[in-house]
Amino acid sequence: MFESLSKKLERAFKNIRGQGKLTEKNMKDSLQEIRLALLEADVNYKVVKQFVADVQDAAIGQHVLDSIQPGQQIVKLVHDELVKLMGGGNEPLKMAQTPPTIIMLVGLQGQGKTTTAGKLAFHLKKKGHKPLLVGADVYRPAAIKQLEVVAGQAGVESFSLGENADPVDTCVMARGEAQMRGCDVILLDTAGRLHVDGQMMDEVRRIHAQVSPHEILFVANAMTGQDAVNSAKQFNDALPLTGVFLTQMDGDARGGAAISLITVTGRPIKFIGTGEKLDAIQAFHPRRMADQILGMGDVVSLVEKAQEVVDQEKALQFQEKARKASWDLEDFLEQMQQVKKMGSMGELLNKIPGMSKMMGKDVEFDEDELKYTEAIIYSMTPKERHNPKVINGSRRRRIADGSGTSVQDVNRLLKEFQQTKKMVKQMMKGKGGKGRMGNRARLPF
Amino acid sequence: MTEPRRGVIGRLRERLGRTRSGLVENIRRVFSGGGAVGDEVFDGLEEVLIEADLGVDTTLSIVEHMRSVAKERRIQDADALYEVLKQELTTILEPGDHALRWEADSGPHVTLVVGVNGSGKTTTIGKLAAHLTAAGKSVLLGAADTFRAAAVEQLTIWSERTGVPIIKHQDGADPAAVAYDAADAAAARGVDCLLVDTAGRLHTKVNLMEELKKIQRVVGKRLPGAPHDVLLVLDATTGQNGLQQAKLFTEALNVTGVALTKLDGTAKGGIVVAIQKQLGIPIKLIGVGEGVDDLQPFNAADFVEALFA
Repeated sequence: MFESLSKKLERAFKNIRGQGKLTEKNMKDSLQEIRLALLEADVNYKVVKQFVADVQDAAIGQHVLDSIQPGQQIVKLVHDELVKLMGGGNEPLKMAQTPPTIIMLVGLQGQGKTTTAGKLAFHLKKKGHKPLLVGADVYRPAAIKQLEVVAGQAGVESFSLGENADPVDTCVMARGEAQMRGCDVILLDTAGRLHVDGQMMDEVRRIHAQVSPHEILFVANAMTGQDAVNSAKQFNDALPLTGVFLTQMDGDARGGAAISLITVTGRPIKFIGTGEKLDAIQAFHPRRMADQILGMGDVVSLVEKAQEVVDQEKALQFQEKARKASWDLEDFLEQMQQVKKMGSMGELLNKIPGMSKMMGKDVEFDEDELKYTEAIIYSMTPKERHNPKVINGSRRRRIADGSGTSVQDVNRLLKEFQQTKKMVKQMMKGKGGKGRMGNRARLPF
Repeated sequence: MTEPRRGVIGRLRERLGRTRSGLVENIRRVFSGGGAVGDEVFDGLEEVLIEADLGVDTTLSIVEHMRSVAKERRIQDADALYEVLKQELTTILEPGDHALRWEADSGPHVTLVVGVNGSGKTTTIGKLAAHLTAAGKSVLLGAADTFRAAAVEQLTIWSERTGVPIIKHQDGADPAAVAYDAADAAAARGVDCLLVDTAGRLHTKVNLMEELKKIQRVVGKRLPGAPHDVLLVLDATTGQNGLQQAKLFTEALNVTGVALTKLDGTAKGGIVVAIQKQLGIPIKLIGVGEGVDDLQPFNAADFVEALFA
């Protein structure tokens, strides 16, 4: 996600790292590189100016002179300032004390509001709520239809008075509709609009005045450039925004818009969208995001996601086996199935620190590969799965035939399995049970 | 497109009014520092260009160029320097083929429309269909976005609005199969232009980019030489990632030009300067409003003039 920015800052820090001590001069160079890196990351010009000044203020004085490891010092300073900028901690959705909770989604065209509405509904449903998706976009052709389809996919209720109705009426009526259907959360999907379109901005103001939503989320795209400050400011002036939903975080945009949006609205980013599927939604954690900006990876959210779906006991068993390097193809298969539950492999791999650096860019993982691998392992006897060494030429041919693959595919899998096993063994041996590697080893692969 | 050039600048100015005012204000502020050209003018210029999304590299190179021109020609007043800026931007934006011809050597002219999610592909196709129909061309639409919910319905509504037939399959169908059928139908019906809509996708998704390559391939199989144009639709609010989008879409496909949408907000779309400068991909169309007539052919001089006038 923020990989490119991380690389830039890393380069800036490297200049300091080589030089034992932090002087005002070499810090100036680094700050200039940080400034350029942030600008290239699409953080707004004025925001960058302020940020760099803050970092400088924090660095000069007591910190500078007695600094032992100047590189780390600056890393920490930049990290702290980034965290400070992006807000304190993770803020959850504000739920009404007496239902229904009304959540309104607003933003420019093409930011992903309708998809986001579906993701939020799916997310809330998993938490035991019964959301109602309300289609209030009467302008974009088939937008209401899209919301209905998304509602169907998420398995939640949807409602709209249709394209010929006043969207304000649709939003007002939604309350009674929710009551009738026993829904406790109402998600209003409004039309995308330009912040400079007086008439359309008036419409969202009227919707807001009529329904008094508990949350008004500004949906914005992570690829947005300098203009993020203008649109966010005008939406924030027109409506009391309560937060930001940052979409398309799964691309390679540096996402500096996040920093601009928070600065201008003074509101936290509550969620990020990380893919096209309904479960591609994550809470926003400033510290984690700052870690990520500085190339420290996103281990925490990976672990969190893993905990949601992975059978803890099995994971522990695996860890034990991995430590002893006694795990076999059966375990390999099981782990893969667990991983599959967590979502796409690509999404997952990108969260591992250093992974995207290692691969040069975002890691792509062919989901079909998993299917083939599964088929190959299923075509083995239990004995073969437990002790792959017995798999000779004729067994390979049988397995290939049975799984509809080729002997080469079987060979490749066996080789990969051996390499993985070796890698895991080294990982386990290298760092024992504690620290960063220990954390990673708790993961199911 | 087919519209006469007369009035384009006026229309652009009017439509870009919102985009312009902020920028012009800033430029005026930069250039009104008492007439003499000093460091603060160049610093101010840097800010203006960065805030227009031109990006660090492009901005620094333009500012550097202007510094040297100012020194060389001993430019002392801001107005003259302002002219140099316009000239420089026009020089960057001008190269390449900005025209869309809508004519193939034989058979239907095929345009593949691609881009990331939410950039405005379907709306652009709807407007193009209206334009081409008004210009007397027979048009066919191919609904190859089979992924996003109700995308086919969205294009179908455009087909009804413009009275242009559409080739579509079920949601979730193979988009390449839809594209092939559309090319097949275009040939059989002898239409002038086929516009193929595709699902929005992030340029970093290797599998989805492969899918686009396949669509391009099968269209070419049915109609040799097709697609004649591959339009990359780019949202003007996009920041520096736009360069990466242009790069990866161009690596995967024979992108012939950019359609820059949503210029009626306050975003300046300056990333196209970097795209043209670094990748040499010409801008073909700009979208300056919601109306069908708000999709305009691109002209570098007009564009810069409208931005800074």
